[in-house]
Amino acid sequence: MTHLDNELHMLKTEMGNMLHTVLFQLDKAKEACINGNNDLAREVVAREKRVNAYELKIDRDCENIIALFNPVAIDLRLVLSTLKINTNLERIGDFAEGLAKISLVQSNGFDKELAELVSLTEIFDDAIEMLSDAKVAFEKENSQLAASILSKDDLLDNVNRKANSLIEEYIKKNPDKIAQALDMISIVRKIERIGDHCSNIAEEIIFYIEAKVLKHQDKK
Amino acid sequence: MYKIEAKDVNLYYGDFHALKGISMSMKPNTVTALIGPSGCGKSTFLRTLNRMNDLIESVKITGLVTVDGEDIYRKNINIDELRKHVGMVFQKPNPFPKSIFENVAYGLRVNGENNRSFIEDKVKESLVQAALWEEVKDKLKKSAFELSGGQQQRLCIARALAISPSVLLMDEPASALDPISTAKIEELIYELKTNYTIVIVTHNMQQAGRVSDHTAFFYMGDLIEYGETKKVFTNPDHTQTQNYITGRFG
Repeated sequence: MTHLDNELHMLKTEMGNMLHTVLFQLDKAKEACINGNNDLAREVVAREKRVNAYELKIDRDCENIIALFNPVAIDLRLVLSTLKINTNLERIGDFAEGLAKISLVQSNGFDKELAELVSLTEIFDDAIEMLSDAKVAFEKENSQLAASILSKDDLLDNVNRKANSLIEEYIKKNPDKIAQALDMISIVRKIERIGDHCSNIAEEIIFYIEAKVLKHQDKK
Repeated sequence: MYKIEAKDVNLYYGDFHALKGISMSMKPNTVTALIGPSGCGKSTFLRTLNRMNDLIESVKITGLVTVDGEDIYRKNINIDELRKHVGMVFQKPNPFPKSIFENVAYGLRVNGENNRSFIEDKVKESLVQAALWEEVKDKLKKSAFELSGGQQQRLCIARALAISPSVLLMDEPASALDPISTAKIEELIYELKTNYTIVIVTHNMQQAGRVSDHTAFFYMGDLIEYGETKKVFTNPDHTQTQNYITGRFG
């Protein structure tokens, strides 16, 4: 391995570690929201600092590699895509923390009917699957897997689109649960945004591997 | 503990003040790059580290230069021992007009070694360290001049390594070579620092970025900036340094 190969390998490893951590955060945030587990929620909030530390380190590593090694071709694409994946991952980390904080506010958990109305478990599972696939796609340099992530955003977008009207109806029937309902809107929004960031990550992985730019195009 | 230290070093070529109060320290097993425009004093400073400037008439030097804590300009120093300990590789490959084997063995023989088995082992070890063994192992008796430029330069590195230095000074070691040979020399430098302390003069800033841990920027005899290469190439302290590494002058 050349010196540059070593640096790029370490960068990929670091990004893999950050993907693992954020996936863990999202998984625990799901558990906290669905089961009303306050301890887990507090853990997610506390661990957010680690995600931020990863972001700063990876930013710095990318800067150093560009300054010192002038990478070109696939090496340059790796560094550029890692920089962007870094930003998207940090945002997902923020959303996971936000979800955990909401679950602390709703410390007794959410009404089952409300959760089923927005397919809470399904949309959480979809988001987690998207991020998990992104991790594998990045580590294994699998652009086909990355491409498959782009179409998985549909459920999250559909639920988000319908959430306001569904929850409005729920509030009319359950005026005593308005606080929960408003927090649920926020949860659905955050999960939908997580899906968007996972799609962004998938696009960056495809750019890195195939040099194709899929931004601002139809998902198909 | 520093491997090499320079404290307030001034050097004059006659009346010309070539080095002005240079102070810097180099840790063991690191690569330090000296960069700067032509005539700034970087090769002059490199040569102060093994007293090669002694060979130039009208040179006067003041200040302190130590290697392993010992003043190399003290009166009773054995200069040959110093130059064994602090080896040098030059810009233009300069193999001896001898066979590949003898080029590497010569230093050992001149220093009194005559155990054939030891010499053979040392020659092989040095050629392996210089990443040249696989390319020459079947033609050790051939003339060194039959090698390509890049191979000759690696042979010169092997020659320097054979007498077991702890410091290697390299004065633009790849500037006369093609890109592939240059890449091989750079990888070699990266590997060698595990066992040696290396100081390299280079005009190629990207090379300094690729191979070195620390970078010293010289200008008109002054040391403008000295620091971790990462810092110098991402956020230098001095505007002059930034202007030089961004190609705005020099």
